[in-house]
Amino acid sequence: MRSVSAQEAIAMIPNGASVMVGGFMGVGTPERLLDELVRQQKSELTLICNDAAVPGKGVGKLFDAALVSTLTASHIGLNPKIQQQMMANRIAVDLVPQGTLVERIRAGGCGLGGVLTPTGIGTIVEEGKRRVDIDGRSFLVETALHSDFALIHAFLADYLGNLSYALTARNFNPVMAMAADTVIVTAEHIVPVGVIAPDHVMTPAPLVDYLVANG
Amino acid sequence: MDPQSIIARRVALELRSGDLVNLGIGIPTLVANYVPSELKIFFQSENGLIGTGPIPEQGMGHPLLTDAGGRPISALPGACTFDSAMSFGLIRGGHVNVTVLGGLQVDASGHLANWMIPGKMVPGMGGAMDLVTGARRVIVAMQHAAKGKSKIVQRCSLPLTSARPVDLVVTDLAVIGLAGGRMTLMETAPGVSVAEVMAVTEAELAIPDKVPEMKI
Repeated sequence: MRSVSAQEAIAMIPNGASVMVGGFMGVGTPERLLDELVRQQKSELTLICNDAAVPGKGVGKLFDAALVSTLTASHIGLNPKIQQQMMANRIAVDLVPQGTLVERIRAGGCGLGGVLTPTGIGTIVEEGKRRVDIDGRSFLVETALHSDFALIHAFLADYLGNLSYALTARNFNPVMAMAADTVIVTAEHIVPVGVIAPDHVMTPAPLVDYLVANG
Repeated sequence: MDPQSIIARRVALELRSGDLVNLGIGIPTLVANYVPSELKIFFQSENGLIGTGPIPEQGMGHPLLTDAGGRPISALPGACTFDSAMSFGLIRGGHVNVTVLGGLQVDASGHLANWMIPGKMVPGMGGAMDLVTGARRVIVAMQHAAKGKSKIVQRCSLPLTSARPVDLVVTDLAVIGLAGGRMTLMETAPGVSVAEVMAVTEAELAIPDKVPEMKI
């Protein structure tokens, strides 16, 4: 793990990169990294996140600045901007059931090719997908998701990069921290090693490539 | 009583002590207001919490403790938090006893459509498809009709949320069951006649000899 500034961290991301961003309606989202993506105008991004948040908050900032060309998410209904961009075909949106989305990411981080889920059977989500029958039940084959970068927001990070999350800000963060080539983390508090007890570490330090310095 | 309160009060009667319950947005959220305090219900918020409490007083909210819409909530003693994989493992894995969801249409075979209107509104399914597919009991809480048009239809014209039929539909006019794969009128709202329900129901409805009034 290396400590960097937000500016250095985002400078590593090329235009056109695939990026996972933690957070749920802007809660548990690394806002400083998103601000820096906008400042450095990283464009044509393939974004994977739970939702589109709202304009001006969380990943909503990336749609305000029209930096995303492809979005994979489960819910975009509270962001009128992306609805307009989607209707005008300025952004490709792949809507995925939330439980399927998180399992596809988990599979990507755990060395699996994908998952089998009953969710989406008999709906438009099934279109173009393989169906597998096991013990009399039908499942869809949903392939794994992996990305170039994951932008993660933790509550506590220690000097080694061990992370813990707070309350409902955990959401997709620990799952995404497994599923990207390069993992960049911001934390509300950076604390000495040992402050996060071994039993309370939710993301082990070896998964973290860069910790963004505070202050 | 206003239509939303009728629906929420009636749905609340379906919950049992010890149930793990997930409430969708809109009318379903109101159900929590009518659960007697002696019932120990575990309410899940799918962004990662079991034990959701009331909306905190002004200025007492915490930015990292929110509902699935991103609004501040509180947590009750004994609450626990988890990541989204655990949250949807609970949902899809059959650990949620009851989910209460809003609806755009429910059809005669119990199929629910509640996540998009093609060409008009494409918000995404969020957690709805997993909830309808995985929860042990699915209750739809919605107005019986919208702009004079029945939402209880013979066959859904909107994209389905799941191939799994729902278990119960509670509207401002009626309680409709789907036991045995057949839509049956089980109760009417206070002051509403069977004929009035049938007049605003497009789907074919089995009518038992005696249809009691909701006890709310």
